[in-house]
Amino acid sequence: MSDTVDVMVNGEPRAVARGATLLELLQSLALDPRAVVVEHNRTIVRRPALGAVTVEPGDAIELVHFVGGG
Amino acid sequence: MTTALETIRDIPFAIGGRSFQSRLMVGTGKYRDNDTMARAIDASGAEIVTVAVRRVDLDRTKEEGVLYHLDAKRYFVLANTAGCYTAEDAIRYARLAREAGFNEFIKLEVIGDQETLLPDVQGLLVAARALVAEGFKVLAYTNEDLVTALRLEDAGCAAVMPLASPIGSGLGLLNPFGVRTIKRRLQVPVVVDAGVGTASDACLTMEQGVDGILMNTALAAARDPVAMARAMRQAVEAGRTAYLAGRMAKREVAMPSSPLEGMLD
Repeated sequence: MSDTVDVMVNGEPRAVARGATLLELLQSLALDPRAVVVEHNRTIVRRPALGAVTVEPGDAIELVHFVGGG
Repeated sequence: MTTALETIRDIPFAIGGRSFQSRLMVGTGKYRDNDTMARAIDASGAEIVTVAVRRVDLDRTKEEGVLYHLDAKRYFVLANTAGCYTAEDAIRYARLAREAGFNEFIKLEVIGDQETLLPDVQGLLVAARALVAEGFKVLAYTNEDLVTALRLEDAGCAAVMPLASPIGSGLGLLNPFGVRTIKRRLQVPVVVDAGVGTASDACLTMEQGVDGILMNTALAAARDPVAMARAMRQAVEAGRTAYLAGRMAKREVAMPSSPLEGMLD
């Protein structure tokens, strides 16, 4: 069994450590959890719950923030 | 004794239960660099600044999010749903924006056409109703159609935002009558959003009696965004004051300003 799982992060395939939580995923990407909003399979996961949600194979994860716009 | 200024004392500008001093709102997009953006927004005197929701750049070749460059304590951050073409997408973006944690206000855009970026008013109404039901304070970007504006008000929107002209076009206020009519008929604030190109456009727009203006490209695409921001601040104030002052009646014939009496033989 591989020690990684394949998921989609922001529309791109990515291998993530098996059993990793969303919080660990953010840490592996060097993202500050306070600076991004996480959508996991179309459901928003609030900051305090990020450490409790495990990434599963095939998950679709979106990491968004605010950018310049009108 | 009443001074002239007291007679034109303005009512507070309030949206969704929040009061603001400035009637000018500005976007944060398309600036050549973040320092110019920050200085232009400062010069505009705006308190409400709009932002968009987008994916984080995982390669981090670009700079951080826009809030890294703007003081979120100083400015009221108004997220938009720009780029959404369906009610479903707009609702999704609005939820993500709210989760970012600033407020429950959303500038709702549901676009219906790629060339003109004109709104899909059916999708807009569907999204507005859904978001109001979820507790959002919805500021709805729409066209200058009165009936759509009335429906948006009925849907519970906190403000209705008719366009002056298409987004990013700089064509100015194309339909003063339509915008004026919307303002006259609605109870909720009317903020003109999009299309203002230069200071005279902003002044003319405010002279219609609307509550405020939101602009982005007019500042970002000016040769000197900071100077244009200052001009827009003055124009919005001038237009608002002129509206409150009440303009003279128009006449099709001249009327001398100097006395007819006392002329020499």
